[in-house]
Amino acid sequence: MGIEILFLVLAIAVVAFGIGVIVVSRRNIAATQAPPARPARPTTPPPEAEPDAADGAGVLVEEPPVEPVEPASLRDRLAKARLAFTGAFVGVLGRSGITEESFEDLEEALLRADVGVGVTTDLIDGLRVKVAAKEITEPQGLLDELEAEMVSRLDGSDRTLAFDADAGGPNVWMFVGVNGVGKTTTIGKLANQQIRDGRTVLLAAGDTFRAAAAEQLTTWAERSGAEIVRGAEGGDPSSVIYDGVERAAARGTQLVMADTAGRLHTKSNLMEELKKVRRVAEKGAGRVTETLLVIDATTGQNGLTQAREFREATDVTGVVLTKLDGSAKGGIVFAIETELGIPVKLVGIGETIEDLIPFDPAEFVAALVEP
Amino acid sequence: MFDNLSTRLEGIVKKIRGKGRLTEADVDEVMKEIRTALLEADVNVAVVRSICNRIRETAIGATRSSALDPAQQVVKSVNDELTRALGGETLSITYASKPPTVVLMAGLQGSGKTTNSAKLAAWFKGQGRQPLLVGADLQRPAAVEQLRTLGRQIDVPVFSDPSDPVRASAAGLEEAKRLGRDVVIVDTAGRLSIDAEMMEQVRQISAAVDPDFTFLVIDAMTGQDAVQTAEAFHATLKIDAVIMSKMDGDARGGAALSVKEVIGVPIAFASTGEKLTEFEQFHPDRMAGRILGMGDMLTLIEQAERAFEADQAEQAAAKLMEGQFTLDDFLDQMQQIKKMGSLGSLMGMMPGVPKELKGAKIDDDDLKPIEAIIRAMTPDERAQPVIINGSRRQRIANGSGTQVGDVNRLVKQFGEMQKMMKKFGMAGQKPGKKGKKGKRSGGPKGRGLPPGLLDPNAGQGIDLPGLPGMPNMPGIPGMSNR
Repeated sequence: MGIEILFLVLAIAVVAFGIGVIVVSRRNIAATQAPPARPARPTTPPPEAEPDAADGAGVLVEEPPVEPVEPASLRDRLAKARLAFTGAFVGVLGRSGITEESFEDLEEALLRADVGVGVTTDLIDGLRVKVAAKEITEPQGLLDELEAEMVSRLDGSDRTLAFDADAGGPNVWMFVGVNGVGKTTTIGKLANQQIRDGRTVLLAAGDTFRAAAAEQLTTWAERSGAEIVRGAEGGDPSSVIYDGVERAAARGTQLVMADTAGRLHTKSNLMEELKKVRRVAEKGAGRVTETLLVIDATTGQNGLTQAREFREATDVTGVVLTKLDGSAKGGIVFAIETELGIPVKLVGIGETIEDLIPFDPAEFVAALVEP
Repeated sequence: MFDNLSTRLEGIVKKIRGKGRLTEADVDEVMKEIRTALLEADVNVAVVRSICNRIRETAIGATRSSALDPAQQVVKSVNDELTRALGGETLSITYASKPPTVVLMAGLQGSGKTTNSAKLAAWFKGQGRQPLLVGADLQRPAAVEQLRTLGRQIDVPVFSDPSDPVRASAAGLEEAKRLGRDVVIVDTAGRLSIDAEMMEQVRQISAAVDPDFTFLVIDAMTGQDAVQTAEAFHATLKIDAVIMSKMDGDARGGAALSVKEVIGVPIAFASTGEKLTEFEQFHPDRMAGRILGMGDMLTLIEQAERAFEADQAEQAAAKLMEGQFTLDDFLDQMQQIKKMGSLGSLMGMMPGVPKELKGAKIDDDDLKPIEAIIRAMTPDERAQPVIINGSRRQRIANGSGTQVGDVNRLVKQFGEMQKMMKKFGMAGQKPGKKGKKGKRSGGPKGRGLPPGLLDPNAGQGIDLPGLPGMPNMPGIPGMSNR
């Protein structure tokens, strides 16, 4: 037998054995006992978190600049991206009536926007029924109906960021998501806005995994004037968040924004770590009032799985859709909100601080659907 | 990755297998399923259409012929199409006759350029080269810092110049010449393909360093936009190949297929985990096999060869076959396996692993208790687990911080494995040659796996007619009722 086959047999045997033990014992554990509560492990705050503390912006910001910032219009921002879409809708409107091709064009447009095959089929079937019943007869009516239907499916969600002034301690907003979606940047922008709106904010650098993630967050803290608590690289994220919350409680800071390392939702050890971070954030005086899942607009159908897994682990309360200023449409959040009931709360449409704006269903759908 | 796609295809095949003839209605249904499967895997709409048209033709042909099992024909056609769409050959890296060979990394924000720059540097190092990393991402706060940290981890120097990305890149090239480094990898800032200013900047960087290879890093989780992005970058930079990042997540990969199909550049590398070594050359034919649920044996073998100490492994394998494998040997091999990558990613490459098992999320941390238990045993106990009685069990459990039940299970499993391996050892002696040959000529259909792996008594792992029957992952008692 060739040596490589021996390797292979060996590898498979060892892995199979290892996994067999894990799976069997895991099943037994699940059957017999609930996971024991872990005591929080308060640690001494790392020294490098000190310097800015004295002039920590939190307490000193008395007069937030009240300049009414013109919120950037999502529709304007998306104008150029929309061009890519025009094709399908020109097709629909270019026909004198509604034909099979009209449905195919719309279907393709929705699929291209990453809305997903299930939702798309459902929407198109609805249109077919209405057309068959002569409720819609004109091509423009077809587009209007599609848009109205999509907007109505997004109606009625509460998209405000939950802040409880009577929490008896700092509110904690946690940011979770897979790698590279823009969690740290989102925190930076949102911290800026919150401080401007008069809240005192502390950033907790819970991404202890990615090299230099804490530096990146520190840069944002300096820009926004928020306090920051950091831990050692590779350290325990739970203790960083815990320290952040304790520090905020001691100083009367109102809001802690907790960054976490990006993680693929398939890595169960990392998802367990995230659950722990979520628990520990409420060990002390703090209360987690928002857990925001950050999703990048380029994300495809995997976004739905991400949302499901992160919700399972951390009780996600809202979605932040980032990078909507590119050519991607972010249609997957439509599926996430309508199928999982997690409201989209914020949208990132550019690099500046003002480019993080509240999610507006009508504008979002219009950007998807209008020619 | 690709798991959803292969699961769905398996379902489709189940539906039509055993039919002597396919009707047009059958074909319609099959095509609808295939289309949905591809769309759910984020394959680009236009690409789906063209792939489906071609498969349909074959399938229609299958309705007329009765020579072959129609299901076989459809599977073969899907397989052929996927392989073709993924691209035929692996990109071969050639080095500039006058060093350094320059590699430019481009992509959207968050696609994983910085991490993959470091991974690529580690790969080049593994090829015996001396890479230099150049940090030209001055946009994202601390990006260069991240690159420096990664550079330290893989022991590769990092150069940057905070003044300007174009200048930093050009100076990086000079630095490489000065230091005698023969590969330069330029990590650029993430940029949107529709941001004219930033695209102009990366064009200037490219002009300044005149790269031998320009790699576009694409996140495997990307949806339909992958194609647009790739087209835009290709128009500005002339992309040579794609690096797929985050391939260790679940269910994706359609982006990979689409990009190849639309802009016609191959996928050169795939990043398959968080460790800096979890990065491999992309083999389209193997990937197609993986899509169809056949595992990726060649990659597994290569990884094994890289990680194992040859002599030691041979000894251990021989012991294993003869049933003399001890827990000590197991512990040793476990350490080697860990070097190959995470257990989860290894599982994905193995053929015939039942879905329940692939679904069971396995982390390397889960191995810690196993290690602890074995380490708590005396040498005698490790060599002969049968001597472990009640009081020894208690002692081992205490020593390893586990429960007596855990110790029991481990000992029992080990016994099962020994028994099983003995059986394999005997089965494997006879037709050994054929298995090796078949695998090498393998291709996506990869007939003839190492026969030692085929347990005649094990059930069929996956129901793919026309493909070689893979055994169930053997030796995992208790899995069947999961």
